[in-house]
Amino acid sequence: MELSTFWFLLIAVLWTGYLTLEGFDFGVGMLTRRFARDDTERRVLINTIGPVWDGNEVWVITAVGATFAAFPEWYATAWSAYYLPLVLILLTLIGRGLAFEYRAKGDTETWRRRWDLVIFVGSAVPAFVWGVLLAAFVQGLPLDAGHDFVGNLGDVVTPYTLLGGVVTLTLALLHGAHYLGLKTVGDIRERARRLAGRLAVPVAVVLAGFLGWTLLRDDTPSRLAAATALIAVAAIAAGATANARGREGWAFTATFATVAATAATLFAALYPDVLPSTLDAANGLTTANASSSDYTLTVMTWVAVPFVPAVLAYQSWVYWMFRQRIGVQHIP
Amino acid sequence: MDVLDLARWQFGITTVVHFFFVPFTISMAFLVAIMQSVWMRTKSERWLRLTKFFGKLLLINLAVGVVTGLVQEFQFGMNWSDFSRFVGDVFGAPLAMEALLAFYLESVFVGVWIFGWGRIPPKIHLATIWITACGTLLSAYFILAANSFMQNPVGYEIDEAAGRAELTDIWAVLTNKVLLITFPHTIFAAFMVGGGVVAAVAMWHLVRGARSPDDAAPGKPSDQGAFRTALRIGAVTVLVGGIGVAITGDTQGKIMTEVQPMKMAAAEALYETQQPAPFSLFTVGTLDGSEALYSIEIPQLLSFLGTGSFDGEVRGINDLQAEYEELYGPGDYSPNIPVTYWTFRMMITMGGLAGLIALWQLWATRRGRVPTSPWALRITTVLPILPLAGNAFGWIFTEMGRQPWLVFGLMPTASGISPSSTTTSVFVSLAAFTVLYAGLTWLWVHLLLKHARPGLPDVTPRPVREEDEDADADKPLSFAY
Ligand code: HDD
Ligand code: HEM
Ligand code: HEM
Repeated sequence: MELSTFWFLLIAVLWTGYLTLEGFDFGVGMLTRRFARDDTERRVLINTIGPVWDGNEVWVITAVGATFAAFPEWYATAWSAYYLPLVLILLTLIGRGLAFEYRAKGDTETWRRRWDLVIFVGSAVPAFVWGVLLAAFVQGLPLDAGHDFVGNLGDVVTPYTLLGGVVTLTLALLHGAHYLGLKTVGDIRERARRLAGRLAVPVAVVLAGFLGWTLLRDDTPSRLAAATALIAVAAIAAGATANARGREGWAFTATFATVAATAATLFAALYPDVLPSTLDAANGLTTANASSSDYTLTVMTWVAVPFVPAVLAYQSWVYWMFRQRIGVQHIP
Repeated sequence: MDVLDLARWQFGITTVVHFFFVPFTISMAFLVAIMQSVWMRTKSERWLRLTKFFGKLLLINLAVGVVTGLVQEFQFGMNWSDFSRFVGDVFGAPLAMEALLAFYLESVFVGVWIFGWGRIPPKIHLATIWITACGTLLSAYFILAANSFMQNPVGYEIDEAAGRAELTDIWAVLTNKVLLITFPHTIFAAFMVGGGVVAAVAMWHLVRGARSPDDAAPGKPSDQGAFRTALRIGAVTVLVGGIGVAITGDTQGKIMTEVQPMKMAAAEALYETQQPAPFSLFTVGTLDGSEALYSIEIPQLLSFLGTGSFDGEVRGINDLQAEYEELYGPGDYSPNIPVTYWTFRMMITMGGLAGLIALWQLWATRRGRVPTSPWALRITTVLPILPLAGNAFGWIFTEMGRQPWLVFGLMPTASGISPSSTTTSVFVSLAAFTVLYAGLTWLWVHLLLKHARPGLPDVTPRPVREEDEDADADKPLSFAY
């Protein structure tokens, strides 16, 4: 395999890690709003993701860092084109990160209520906007011969990319509900399961629509993309069944697979491009013309091969460490 | 203001603010790890209380450090896409390594540390804070490797066809001579911040306790003893850090004279090449900074700083300017002189003052004494601010002194900007980040003060639950958000 292909794969894996992991903590973050009935329940929700959300967020930092190292042109073009949406993501993620830590550090009711709002917005907005931006990779952007973005916000935000945003948002919600079913006890657990049951069908419909549209964009859709799209839809159905039967671990695993397969579909549809140009196909960025030199890719491969599995190992250990279910009785 | 100015302001503001929190995190993580280790050794409750107390301040700070760091990772592509294209092949590597090797460690293990109190075996719990602390050092190393490349590009080759710099030797980048000295300098400077915070908070409680023994922490007699210990740790840390920055800073001066002579000349407002060259303590120049009118100087000191010999030659701005024009074509190759000159001095002054205050603290609290004058309180409160300011001045000096280059000798700052950026988009983000950062800096100060004021927390150590999870499964969590 070409090294640039390997790095494309690795970046796809990093994004998949981000969407699957941060996906459920975005979902839990959104559920703190209406789903949690009082302050204690809200704290139960926040504490289910407390020890892990920050580690989950590092997946996106690494994805972005890896893009910078392996495909500088991709990083440079996309990130300057996505300027305002990224500002929005950054502002909301900043608020969210602070909110988890600072919410408990004040003692008035208003203090907590404001931070609760920040958690909600900070979970919903990035969950949506990341979907828009990832879909925009597949859709392509107006790039000139120097690979510079020559369009405006309207070229990034289109019906197709908006639907991509709806997909990541609603999937996060469903994934988060399954996570809560798995991680809580008592009333919250019951309600989370019921909510997941109600969400499953609409989310599956939106997802199937988006995946179909993604495949149809191409005259000769990639077979791999078609296969992963099927897996995504099958997994969401399996998740709904498992949830209905009270098999929470399987339900969560199933949405995990759905999110992963959805991400895989996007990247499979994208390959071998990384950012096509809508003006002239020759202006587009591909794994070949956007990549770093062979030397850099080799060095980075030596770093990634031992350390990506190491990260996976210790992060899994942390999940195992905090596997205990929690409920309102645990909140001091 | 054009796009370039706006983007520069944005980078400067977001980075300097990020660097308020960075040195705090680095040093406090180690200090807390040490406190917890001593507790594990001695089993003395005083150390556990200190660990939890300063641990809370660490977490308040860490949260802002992490979220402001996020912006850094994105900025290069958003505002500086031509820079990213040009150096990405070299510069991206340390950045990606930082994420993979350092950020995961920090973020994952600090989560375990926060939630692991009483839930995981104490030895493993102690290990998590040490891992977090080492993660911050790794992260500093890699990011400084990236920055040092911009100060002194090494290990690359220009590919004319692709129009970019390509990495040829990663080892050269990771052992850049600027990096090897910048790293210890930055870390020592960071320890002055954490030491200053610990010393100041401890001193404040000691003095308050001595002034009004009644309302100081009723029923907690051991507080004074614990704070006395903390004060020593903090003050000694400041002093060690101060000596460290002075020694490493001296070496940095020599390396800078070698690789960026213009920066040294600007730092000294030295217009004409001199041998031997004097160090100026104070200079009044013309308004545009193009000439010195009046200055107080120490003969030969600059020669020593820059070259290690009291009669070495130090080259002046005019001389260098002429040389660079020949090399790179017409243009102005000197940075903003007043800014470089003053930030260099302020960096040293701030650190020096912090050192003096730490010395005074040790002296004033010798053999059980506690000062009670209002001045003692006032002096104490400025202690943490001084090294923070020193750090900021140091960075402003380093970065502004590199101008007009973005990557020294290779890429001027003006060529690094994103072609697709518009004044509007950069202005919107500049305004948004500035307002947000002002807000979170305020919040940071507010919360730190709020949680530093009440004194040490009560700790009733809980038995550690090893295997029998179900026995007390319904017990409240020891540390919940
Ligand atoms: C000398 C040290 C140093 C310097 C020069 C910088 N940082 Fe930083 N950064 C740290 C030292 C650090 C740290 C101590 O490791 C932080 C502070 C709080 C934390 O958790 O880690 C951090 C956090 C931090 C994070 C969040 C990590 C997380 O989620 O855990 C990111 C993405 C960055 N930084 C990126 C950058 C970039 C791109 C910089 C260059 C402009 C930069 N930092 C300058
Ligand atoms: C890897 C680390 C760093 C990189 C790659 C970097 C790069 C840059 C870039 C691209 C700019 C904008 C161009 C310019 O105006 O000079 C800049 C400016 C600046 N940076 Fe850094 N920087 C780094 C670290 C830091 C840190 C940690 C600080 C201090 C806290 C800092 C302080 C500044 C300041 C004050 C400016 C504004 C200077 C000016 O506009 O003239 N930098 N740097
Ligand atoms: C005798 C005292 C000191 C000397 C001689 C000294 C020297 C230097 C020099 C020459 C640089 C520029 C390096 C370059 O651009 O290549 C620098 C940078 C810096 N200084 Fe200092 N310094 C001293 C004290 C301090 C103190 C007290 C602090 C903070 C508390 C500090 C913090 C910094 C920081 C953060 C930087 C930027 C990062 C770097 O390039 O290392 N310095 N110092």
